[in-house]
Amino acid sequence: MSNVVEIRWHGRGGQGAKTAALLLADVAFQTGKYVQGFPEYGPERMGAPITAYNRISDTDIRVHSNIYDPEFVVVVDESLLETVHVTDGLKKDGAIVINTDKPKEEIIPQLHGYEGKVYTIDARKVSIAALGKYFPNTPMLAAIVKVSGVMDRETFMNEMRASFAHKFASKPEVIEGNMKALEMAFDEVK
Amino acid sequence: MAKRDRLSGNEAVAEALRQINPDVMPAFPITPSTEIPQYFSKYVSDGRVETEFIPVESEHSAMSAAIGAESAGARTVSATSSAGMAYMWEELYLASANRLPICLALVNRALSGPININCDHSDSMGARDAGWIQIYAENNQEAYDNMVQAYRIAEHKDVRLPIMICQDGFITSHAVQNITLLDDEDVKNFVGEYYPEHSLLNPNETMAVGPYSVSNFYMEARRAQAEALHNAKAVVKEVADEFAKISGRQYGWFEEYRMEDAELAIVLIGSAAGTAKDAVDKLREEGKKAGLIKIRMFRPFPAAEIAEALKNVKAVGLMDRTESFNDSCGPIGSEVTTALFRAKKSCETINYVYGLGGRDVRVEDIEKVFADLEDAAANGTTETYRYLGVRE
Repeated sequence: MSNVVEIRWHGRGGQGAKTAALLLADVAFQTGKYVQGFPEYGPERMGAPITAYNRISDTDIRVHSNIYDPEFVVVVDESLLETVHVTDGLKKDGAIVINTDKPKEEIIPQLHGYEGKVYTIDARKVSIAALGKYFPNTPMLAAIVKVSGVMDRETFMNEMRASFAHKFASKPEVIEGNMKALEMAFDEVK
Repeated sequence: MAKRDRLSGNEAVAEALRQINPDVMPAFPITPSTEIPQYFSKYVSDGRVETEFIPVESEHSAMSAAIGAESAGARTVSATSSAGMAYMWEELYLASANRLPICLALVNRALSGPININCDHSDSMGARDAGWIQIYAENNQEAYDNMVQAYRIAEHKDVRLPIMICQDGFITSHAVQNITLLDDEDVKNFVGEYYPEHSLLNPNETMAVGPYSVSNFYMEARRAQAEALHNAKAVVKEVADEFAKISGRQYGWFEEYRMEDAELAIVLIGSAAGTAKDAVDKLREEGKKAGLIKIRMFRPFPAAEIAEALKNVKAVGLMDRTESFNDSCGPIGSEVTTALFRAKKSCETINYVYGLGGRDVRVEDIEKVFADLEDAAANGTTETYRYLGVRE
């Protein structure tokens, strides 16, 4: 069990956190890993806080519980920091990635004394620049792949291109924008 | 060649159904089973299956239409959860009494109230006396494999009973995980064509389906139905053995995990068994003789075999993901305890109610159960009906 990487996503209904978790499971699967990607549903509605999870492992995964002590946490919506204890159980040698346009120094005080690494990315800026619309999940997916190192950039980009080609078969015009969002996010996360 | 893939439990069941290509699917959506008819109806509209999809206006109608279709001799499937199954209640009994091998893909969800969309087994456990065969899955792979085996069991001439293929709502239905899929051709050959012995569309044989039965005959009909369910037991095993030949995956009535020399054991159903296996491994590393039995087939209930598998155990935890409201025990609690008593096997038993309405089940929860069992084995216990993971 020690080789399992556990990731917890915090977002709001409609932002695509669940989709991002499933996409991450998808690309990790393509690199030969055993994967889990699953949502935790509370009241299902736009804007309500939702949680999604990933396990990525070299061996078969049997456990079906939620994730309480993740290596990594992704916060897709900054406003959740006020209401959800996103760093709960987060391992000290892990990291948290937060979607915000604020400097890190302003965010860290909201993390309940979390001592591990903190990364930020302005997913809105990336998404608007690359897609012309605000879809925070695509940049956040690239950000967590970079921060967690579950696969290298080239492999990730290749797998995502294949995945988008399948997912957006009926609207191929959005593929390049999404690829651009991923590339930008890789460079922007800090 | 088997194909490596990653699918959610609902996708896996829809994929199996695409490969099976049943004749008729009447369905009405309800969370968390909605995706099964949703994905399948796309296969229908894309022409990938020849199934007649009937978008009915309720679950009562879904099962009624299934009864009609199956009576006519069509291989029929539906899918539902929770309140949807509750609304099928009357028809569930008609399906089994009329000996119609309908398959129901059940995605287990709590019954109201309070209203809740998440997993427990109160829906199918409530229907445990409805005369259906019930098969449960730990994960997406098992949900897929069980669906592939369903019709071979249900349509067998010694059985001819409806079958529920159950999986845990959200926990497996909505979790994407690795899976190995069979070739379309292998599934097609394994499942085979359906040639019902009797059907309403057979012009050479007139028959009535579902007539009134006076007291002179009712009891014999019920007795015959009980015999059919008894026969299902051997058939489930036969079909599992044949399935192993095309898949390499061997199933049975239940799975024994590290039971060889186990002194402490739990008996449970569904996805929590996967989590519990990790707990058992952890306890084994600490030198504790822990094991588990995961029930795959709950109807018919393999009573004597489970009692035999538990024969060397000092204490057993009987884990029910439903509350029976009988103030004494849940379905697994009562049936395993009865089995042990009849086998003249005496050990400490603790019946746990757990995981209601999607309450998460962690490795640590299962470790706590084993700690309780260790104490009960040493000191005995009178506290035989407990709640796990509840705030008192």
